[in-house]
Formats: sequence, C-alpha cells, structure tokens
Amino acid sequence: MFKVTEEPLNIDNAVERLRASVYGAIVAFVGIVRGSSRGRPDQPVIAVQYDAYREMAERKLRLIGEEVRRQWPLVEIAIHHRIGRLILGETSVVIAVASPHREEGFAACSWALERLKQTVPIWKKEIFADGESWVEGEALSGRAL
Amino acid sequence: MKIRVRLFASYREATGVSDTTLDTPEGTTVDGALAELVVRFPRLASYRQGLVAAVNAEYAEGAQRLQDGDELALIPPVSGG
Repeated sequence: MFKVTEEPLNIDNAVERLRASVYGAIVAFVGIVRGSSRGRPDQPVIAVQYDAYREMAERKLRLIGEEVRRQWPLVEIAIHHRIGRLILGETSVVIAVASPHREEGFAACSWALERLKQTVPIWKKEIFADGESWVEGEALSGRAL
Repeated sequence: MKIRVRLFASYREATGVSDTTLDTPEGTTVDGALAELVVRFPRLASYRQGLVAAVNAEYAEGAQRLQDGDELALIPPVSGG
C-alpha cells in the first residue's frame, strides 16, 4: 500500500486494490512531471530526477496512512511514489483513498498529499537544457516532524 | 562510538559522499555530530543554519544523544510529490 519505487507507477493497480463494496468512492491524486519550473520560469524542464532516503520515506508514508486512519477511521489509503529519472508527463506519485462517501475521500487525499510534501524525505531535481537544480520544497517547521 | 552517516540529494552532491562513518565520543549529540560533519565537509557550512537530521530514519532533535551504531541522516528540504 505504501511504496517508493524506481518502476513506473500503475494508477489502476493502486486504485483497484482499494476497490471493495464497503466503499462508495475512490479519490485518486496523480502527480505528473511538469514541463515548467517555479524556480526558472524562463526555461523548460526536460526531465526530473527524484532521490529518496528510501527506508525512511516508506516509513513516513506508512505513518501518513496511520494518521489518515486516525482522522478518517473509515477510509483506506495507498501511496506510491516513483524515484529515479522521469520524463515529462510521467507519473511521480499516486495517492488513492477509498471511503464510504466522497467528502472524507477528498479531504483525506488532500491532507495526505500536503503531509507528504512536508515530511517525506524525497527530493526532486529539475533538469534543464543548460543545467539542473534541486527543488527546495516546503521548509520543515522544526525538527520534530 | 561509530555512527553511520548518510547524505542525500543536494548534500550528497555538495560533498561527493553518500555514506560515511563518524567516530565520535560517547554522549555526542546530533548537534555535535553535525558540527563535526561541517568541519569534515566544509561545503555543508552554507546549509548549517537549516540542517535537519534524522536518527535511525526518524526526525531528531539537536539535543538527542547518539548511540553506537546509530544511522544519522542529513535531510535537505524535502520536495516530493
């Protein structure tokens, strides 16, 4: 349910594993590689490279799952994150949430994505025609995250 | 005591090192180990203010005491998603 992998992500796989008749909805967020950079709006992004502290990243993803279940006890969640070199349009992350009703599905999926961006040790490098640079995400507020 | 140190992303590229060992006295804290790493890898100095560490794959406070065999990771600002 929670994995960090160099293999291309299969959206159907993440979604289908959550399909069960107790749920009335599956909300999925699919992150894809964008050809523009916030840091360098003048330069097209050619590709991106994701690096991860894999053991910790998978642990943090599982922890996000536990936190989601504490807040929305009736949902089931899967999070898959790709690492390595990705080209434009490829899928970098899939977060799928199955829930009895849509409201908690949208809320839990959105919460999990924000948490991932703040706490999971994965790093993105944008590659341009004339160079490359690591993206600095949302700063960690304190160490005890 | 021996501490395994791991560096990722921009820190790995700045130092040219992804995995190394630190030999420190008993009672060394996370902050103490970070200070030693900045001496060993001067290019980390520019990140010194915002260095975030993890011990055994969990975010750690600067005052945490390290144990022999711990894995200390330096965590650059994350940007997954």
